[in-house]
Amino acid sequence: MFSNLLIYFVVIPLLMLAGFAICKNIRQVRAVAVAGSILLMGLSVWVLCDYLALRAAGNMEEMLLRGEWTWFEPLNIKLAVGVDGVSIAMLILSSIIVFAGSFASWKIDDARHFFMWLILLSTGVFGFFISIDLFTMFMFYEVALIPMYLLIGVWGTGRKEYSAMKLTLMLMGGSAFLMLSLIGIYFHSAPEGSQLTWNILEISQNASISTGWQYFLFPMCFVGFGVLGAMFPFHTWSPDGHACAPTAVSMLHAGVLMKLGGYGCFRVAMYLMPQAANDLAWIFLILTGISVVYGAFSACVQTDLKYINAYSSVSHCGMVLFAILMINTTALTGAIMQMLSHGLMTALFFALIGMIYGRTHTRDIRLMGGLMKIIPFLGVGYVIAGMASLGLPGLSGFVAEMTIFVGSFEHTDMFHRVFTIVACCSIVITAVYILRVVGKLLFGPVQDPHHAELTDATWWERLSVVTLIVSVAAIGCFPNFFESLIRFTFSPEIFHAIGLN
Amino acid sequence: MDYSQFLAMKQEIALLVVFLLVFLYDTFMPRKALGATSAVTTTLFLLFTVWSFIWGGVAGNVDAFAGMYVTSPVCAMIKNILNIGVLIVLVQATSWVNSDFQKVRRGEYYELLLVTLFGMYLMISARHFLLFLIGLESASLPLAAMVAFDKNRYESHEAAVKYLMTAVFSSAIFMMGLSFVYGLSGSLYFEDIAMQLGSQSNTMLVVALAFVISGIGFKLSLVPFHLWTADVYQGAPTPVTSYLSVISKGAAAFAFLVILVQAFGQFYSEVWEWMLYALIIATITVGNLFAIRQKNMKRFLAFSSISQAGYIMLGIVGCNEMGLAAMMYYILVYIFSNLAAFGVIGAIENKTGKVEMTDYNGLSKTNPWLSFSMTLAMFSLAGIPPFAGFFSKFFIFTSAINQGSIAIYILVLIALINTIISLYYYLLVVKAMYISPEEPQIEKFRSTCTERVSLWVTVLGIILLGIVSFFYDSIFNAASLSNLFGFIA
Repeated sequence: MFSNLLIYFVVIPLLMLAGFAICKNIRQVRAVAVAGSILLMGLSVWVLCDYLALRAAGNMEEMLLRGEWTWFEPLNIKLAVGVDGVSIAMLILSSIIVFAGSFASWKIDDARHFFMWLILLSTGVFGFFISIDLFTMFMFYEVALIPMYLLIGVWGTGRKEYSAMKLTLMLMGGSAFLMLSLIGIYFHSAPEGSQLTWNILEISQNASISTGWQYFLFPMCFVGFGVLGAMFPFHTWSPDGHACAPTAVSMLHAGVLMKLGGYGCFRVAMYLMPQAANDLAWIFLILTGISVVYGAFSACVQTDLKYINAYSSVSHCGMVLFAILMINTTALTGAIMQMLSHGLMTALFFALIGMIYGRTHTRDIRLMGGLMKIIPFLGVGYVIAGMASLGLPGLSGFVAEMTIFVGSFEHTDMFHRVFTIVACCSIVITAVYILRVVGKLLFGPVQDPHHAELTDATWWERLSVVTLIVSVAAIGCFPNFFESLIRFTFSPEIFHAIGLN
Repeated sequence: MDYSQFLAMKQEIALLVVFLLVFLYDTFMPRKALGATSAVTTTLFLLFTVWSFIWGGVAGNVDAFAGMYVTSPVCAMIKNILNIGVLIVLVQATSWVNSDFQKVRRGEYYELLLVTLFGMYLMISARHFLLFLIGLESASLPLAAMVAFDKNRYESHEAAVKYLMTAVFSSAIFMMGLSFVYGLSGSLYFEDIAMQLGSQSNTMLVVALAFVISGIGFKLSLVPFHLWTADVYQGAPTPVTSYLSVISKGAAAFAFLVILVQAFGQFYSEVWEWMLYALIIATITVGNLFAIRQKNMKRFLAFSSISQAGYIMLGIVGCNEMGLAAMMYYILVYIFSNLAAFGVIGAIENKTGKVEMTDYNGLSKTNPWLSFSMTLAMFSLAGIPPFAGFFSKFFIFTSAINQGSIAIYILVLIALINTIISLYYYLLVVKAMYISPEEPQIEKFRSTCTERVSLWVTVLGIILLGIVSFFYDSIFNAASLSNLFGFIA
């Protein structure tokens, strides 16, 4: 079991949890958190190299580095792992954000318990991305959700009790639908008489879910994951949750957890039920189209920095689901790029907002101004994040959105064209709210005389911010590398295997 | 008569030996040796549990006394599961039983408890309604005495009377149903009833089944037969409440399944499937909705246990070995989760006498370990991974959906939406302990040794029962050997 590389994505966080349990002071806690997240980052790079080497050697299987261990024999539940380009991209994203998040919460109260819950959350995230067994996947999915309640409730700010409860119940409500549809998939996973299975690859090969059942199960599955992907009208947990969460949790949640939704929609709902996905995509296209535009408009009128960013996340994550529903190679590649791009960029945003809030003790943009002169490092970081968000070439946002819209425009019918154009408009609105915030917050006169004495970022904050900026720039400057990593997953053979196009 | 038939009842006989030893010890030992009653009983019961695990099982189905009594791997398994629960209850009860008020009567607590357990054994193994009734009565009536154990508390008496009345009333209804069944089939053997009734249902049979189901429904506190539950749970001493909520419920649920599938199996889709659906939906929903507004922890857990009983019933819906296994596994996990919660409540009650939810505000600051155990218990009851409750919920839903109709999907969807409601009120407890900004109500204290042992065991159980697949696998293996589902149609 331990000869498989992927299993360490779960083992390392579990060891970290054990480490936190015996930590005596905050220095040890920090040491464990930093060492663990560096190990995770190293591991994801290692897996990436391994994967590329295997692909270069001509290994054309859908999933590589596979491992399978029986867990509950009577129900044929296995601990099955495997990765393709998409999951590796997600693993890299998660490990970068866990790393940056550890530094961003350097001074948190009761660090030991905070990190325990945070790392439990990331155990769920990593476990979800490596699993290819529906049961294990779902289990890790829920493991990633529940720590949010305590993280927001205990360490959050503002109306934290309300937000934590709302977020938890809405996400768990989504997973109730999800659980039903997964069990339904299991009972139709194999032709009559043969062994039922939870394994995604086997289910897609068997292709034995009849169209009628697909129509029944697909919407539940898509909505179940869509709730976490902040799909309209199930997005309302997101602004409240993000606004009240502590910095590192906002980062991890917007950066990684919301990607679980998009990834699940793609990997489970679309991959296993392609027929229904093809036929019912229009319903969800309308919903996600609304998310994209509505999120952007809402962000324009908010005055709380975190609310602005949370609504912008709704808009950008809506874009991910929107692109997935276009069901063609270009748009899907764009969707994954957007997940990466949005994950890094929004984590950067939330890190900076947390740092600014830690100094000014307000997130209301009307009460701040001229911060660029006072805290130039954070100011520049914010501008870069903003530019990435509104799609400046050279940063990640441009690559992702460009690919998505090119892919969407490949559809020639009226319906898709109209929705593509509507979604495109959101870029302009994004520019409006980003520039509005940058102008108010960073330039202009200093609003509050107390702000003149603020100090700029400390070394750990700089490290966190620089890591994220470098990653955002890396995607923007070398999109080809990431695109080829992802695109192979959507190569024509595999498209054929999942029954699309 | 062939006396070797008694050997089939070896688990019952061993339990009876334990009971007699405890009884003799309590009666004839000098007064100063009585301080050790708890230790003696717990040790004896521990030995019995271990013995029962290793040598108590049987290879196949064994019946005795002309088929009145049957034992099989699955019966031995459910008895073992109950034994584990009883063992934890005994350990938890130690400090309460030895408190100044109770210690003069501590022997009685153990004796009454063991007798009711014996009754439950008979309920599980009975294949004849007469034997079943004897089991049912001996599992119910001594419990009323246990509920009234707090002699000086008014609530305890009130609870006992309520319990006694409903128990007697439900037995009467049950027997009414039985008389109809006897009139229709001319027998009280489960198998004979199934054979004689044929496959045609009639009005009389529907009425008879309704009576039988409501009779056991009282015992299981299914809605609408649940009205006694909250008052009795609140009034009874905590170690009795915990016993009532897990062990008694587990045994009744299993017996319920056996009666339905063995005696009335062929009317499954025609008659009682829909009754069961209605009961499950009502039980889960009403239990959940009422639990939201409870302020007293014991009442709160009473309503939570009503809704949990609804989930346990989902194991019957599938009507196959998978459902049986899922149900037994659910009972096992439920025993551990609920006993962890009751362990914390009992420890706090013994020390401070506080049982209101508001008393738990800020508990994590003064008693982090108790809060941690309580949180795990709540998460497990709500079905949050990686704790055992998630696995048991998942398996029981899977086993129900196995049946395959669209109606069952809707039923499970309703149950799943209810898990979200239940998550809300379970999180209220967590919120009180961890998030509530108020000053802690309960001083820092050190719980007694036995309380800590029981909490450790339950917490370990909550963590390991799910992740380690051995437990589910062995329950499934035992269940797959059962021949209960021959009559299902």
